[in-house]
Amino acid sequence: MADTLAGATPDAAPEVPEYPMPRDLRCPLAPPPALEPLRDEQPIAKVRIWNGSTPWLITRHADQRALLTDPRVSNDDHEPDFPHVNAHRAAIAPHTPKLITNTDAPEHTRLRRSVNAPFLVKRIEAMRPAIQKTVDDLIDTMLAGPNPADLLTALALPLPSLVIADLLGVPYKDHGFFQENSNRALDSSLTAEEASAASRALGQYMDTLFREKLDNPGDDVLSEMAGRVKAGEMAHQEAVNMGVAMLIAGHETTATMISLGTLALLQHPDQLALLRESDDPKFIAGAVEELLRYLSIVHSGLRRVAKEDIEIGGQVIREGDGILFDLHAANWDPQAFPESERLDLSRPARQHNAFGYGPHQCLGQNLARLELQVVYGTLYKRVPTLSLAAPIEQLPFNHTGTTYGVKCLPVRW
Amino acid sequence: MRVELDEPKCVASGQCVMASPEVFDQREDDGVAILLEERPGEELLDGVREAVAICPAAAIRLVEE
Ligand code: HEM
Ligand code: SF4
Repeated sequence: MADTLAGATPDAAPEVPEYPMPRDLRCPLAPPPALEPLRDEQPIAKVRIWNGSTPWLITRHADQRALLTDPRVSNDDHEPDFPHVNAHRAAIAPHTPKLITNTDAPEHTRLRRSVNAPFLVKRIEAMRPAIQKTVDDLIDTMLAGPNPADLLTALALPLPSLVIADLLGVPYKDHGFFQENSNRALDSSLTAEEASAASRALGQYMDTLFREKLDNPGDDVLSEMAGRVKAGEMAHQEAVNMGVAMLIAGHETTATMISLGTLALLQHPDQLALLRESDDPKFIAGAVEELLRYLSIVHSGLRRVAKEDIEIGGQVIREGDGILFDLHAANWDPQAFPESERLDLSRPARQHNAFGYGPHQCLGQNLARLELQVVYGTLYKRVPTLSLAAPIEQLPFNHTGTTYGVKCLPVRW
Repeated sequence: MRVELDEPKCVASGQCVMASPEVFDQREDDGVAILLEERPGEELLDGVREAVAICPAAAIRLVEE
């Protein structure tokens, strides 16, 4: 109380910036400009989010890595002050069961290990020939069709949708339904009602499908989870929720990396030429890492809450405080990546945070890498004359999804 | 040099296998890391160092003996 009285006038309080921050529309691939001075001068700063609360924003690469592996930093979104992404997520959080996305060790470790088998490095690598064939076929179809074409609908979206549908055992013929509802569930420009309706529709769809897999298992991830449910290792609802999470997470992100990655390369013809002329799998894999770093498409900030007081960088994050991690800021941190604003496919970029860091680091990262390696290693060789069919200023960027991308990418060849 | 793997922390991301397949593998049923070589030769240490750096769970250490 005494503090409040002594604390002079309330408007003497330092300005707290709003988060997320706007981009400079003239540099649509760069992170919001206001992140740079924050990272330089106030790497652990308070920001204001949609509900008026003021969580901490972490912008440096090293600080993010320290905190994201700190057991005092929690992903429990049932905590009252958890800094939710939007009103929809805040509204559903109390009713959401325990998932890999909202639990901490040891519960998280158990859940995550129960869904990990399909994402083993060896099992993913074994998918390479099938993914190469899918990419070749999609490019053949595009080249046989009208020129110009939309790269998003010709390749970027169908590839990850086909792959995740096949992996999970979801009929691809339903892709219109699951693409549309996944986008709506993640779109912060919609009302909480609309977004909830989309998640519910996906949940019901998955529940029906999962019941079929319990009766008639096939060779796919849903059937594998059905086996675990029958063996009593996993709850029915857990499996259904996992199925939805993988379906949502599995296609929009990868699709965005294909379309935005191509856009970035078309803006950097010297780098595109390196990729087109390289047959070295190591170089192509490195190029994928650099594009993940440079674009950092998950732009709404990872969300956590402190379970105890944490001292870091001369600040004290109090128990119960929300914490946000801006991945683009960390991936453009010059201390981690010199000349970070340059797209340089030859740089070592593997330590980027584009898939997050810590125990929640992306479950699908090895699959996403494989899809991107095949696309970046094939598309520009097969279509060496690929170019944009509209000025970059006219492209419809999506600022309100969990990932930042374009709603279409007109290309010609 | 000896490699230490803190198995309870491992979240089975497989990043160590990607960086250093000679030294790490994954258990087939849940992807948890397996140490193939506790004392890898000099020529494998760069890969192990990369694994240490990218392991998202900070579950790998390379200790001087
Ligand atoms: C280029 C493509 C992708 C990017 C950039 C990406 C990015 C991310 C990021 C940043 C996180 C961390 C979230 C956090 O810590 O709060 C994450 C988690 C996750 N991702 Fe991805 N992702 C991609 C592709 C995929 C794919 C293909 C799948 C599909 C199977 C997938 C499934 C998941 C799941 C299930 C989680 C939650 C893991 C956990 O909380 O333990 N992602 N992803
Ligand atoms: S990189 Fe770390 S978390 Fe991933 S499998 Fe290896 S030891 Fe486990």
